[in-house]
Amino acid sequence: MLLGPALVLSAILFVIGVVGVMIRRNAIILFMCVELMLNAVNLSFVAFATAHGFNGQVFVFFVMTVAAAEAAVGLAIILAIFRHTRSVDLKNMNLLQG
Amino acid sequence: MMTEIVFYVLAAAAVLSGLLCITQKNPVPAALWLVSTMFSLAAIYVLFSAHFIAAMQVLVYAGAVMVLFLFVIMLLNLGRAESDVKRGPAVLVAVGLAAALVITLIVVGKTSLAGLAIELGKGQSAGSPDAVLPGGGAVTGAASFSNAIGAVAAPMFQVYLIPFEITSILLLAAAVGAVVLAKRKL
Repeated sequence: MLLGPALVLSAILFVIGVVGVMIRRNAIILFMCVELMLNAVNLSFVAFATAHGFNGQVFVFFVMTVAAAEAAVGLAIILAIFRHTRSVDLKNMNLLQG
Repeated sequence: MMTEIVFYVLAAAAVLSGLLCITQKNPVPAALWLVSTMFSLAAIYVLFSAHFIAAMQVLVYAGAVMVLFLFVIMLLNLGRAESDVKRGPAVLVAVGLAAALVITLIVVGKTSLAGLAIELGKGQSAGSPDAVLPGGGAVTGAASFSNAIGAVAAPMFQVYLIPFEITSILLLAAAVGAVVLAKRKL
C-alpha cells in the first residue's frame, strides 16, 4: 500500500518546485521548476490510478502533452526575450513594474 | 516489503535530485538533476505498474523536453552564470511554504495518513504490497499485467477520444507558435 507515501512524495516535490520558482530569477530554471511541479501532480495521478482505474493514467498522458507544448512555447518566448534584453534574468524584465 | 524499500530509495533520490536542481547556480547541472528526478519518477511509475506512463516519462520528459531545455541553454550560451538567488520577501514566503509543508506532514502523521489512503483507495486491500499491482486494487476489466498499454489505450480512445484529438490540435498550435516566436523574421 504505497498510496499514502506516494502522495507525500508528490507534495514534497511540488513544494520543491514552488520554492524554486520563488527563490530563483533565471527564467530557464524557473521553467524547470514548473516541469517539476507538473511531474509531482503526475505522480499523484498515477498513485490514484492504482485504486480508481486507468483514467488517471490517461490524464497523465494529457498533462505530459500540455507540458511538452508549454515547454516548446515557453522556451521560444525566452529565446525572443533573450534577443531583446541579452539576458534571461527576470530582474531585467520589469517593463510592467510600476 | 521489497516494493516499499525500492519505493523509498527512489523517493529519496527524487527529492534529493529535485533539491539539487533548484539550488544549482549553473542551468546545465540543474537540467541534469531534473533528468535524474524524472528517471526516479519513471521507476516509481513502474512500481505502480504504470508501464506505459513510465515509458512516456522517459521518452517525452527525460528525452524530448529536457533536450529542448539543454538545447536552448547552449543556444543562449548560459554557462558560468553568477548566483541569481533572490533576496527579500519572496525567500521568506518560500521558506514559510516549506515550513508549512513540514508541519502539515508531521501533524497529519503516519497513522492518519494511512487512514486517508484507505479512505481514498476504497476497495483496495490495505497493508499488502501487492495492492499496488492491478488486480490487487479496484482495477477491473482489461487490466492485466501483460497488457498494461491496452488498459490505458481503451479509455484513451473510447471515453477520451475527443480530448485526445484536441491534444493534437494543441501540439500543432504549439509547434507553429514556437516557430513564429523564435524566428527572427518571418
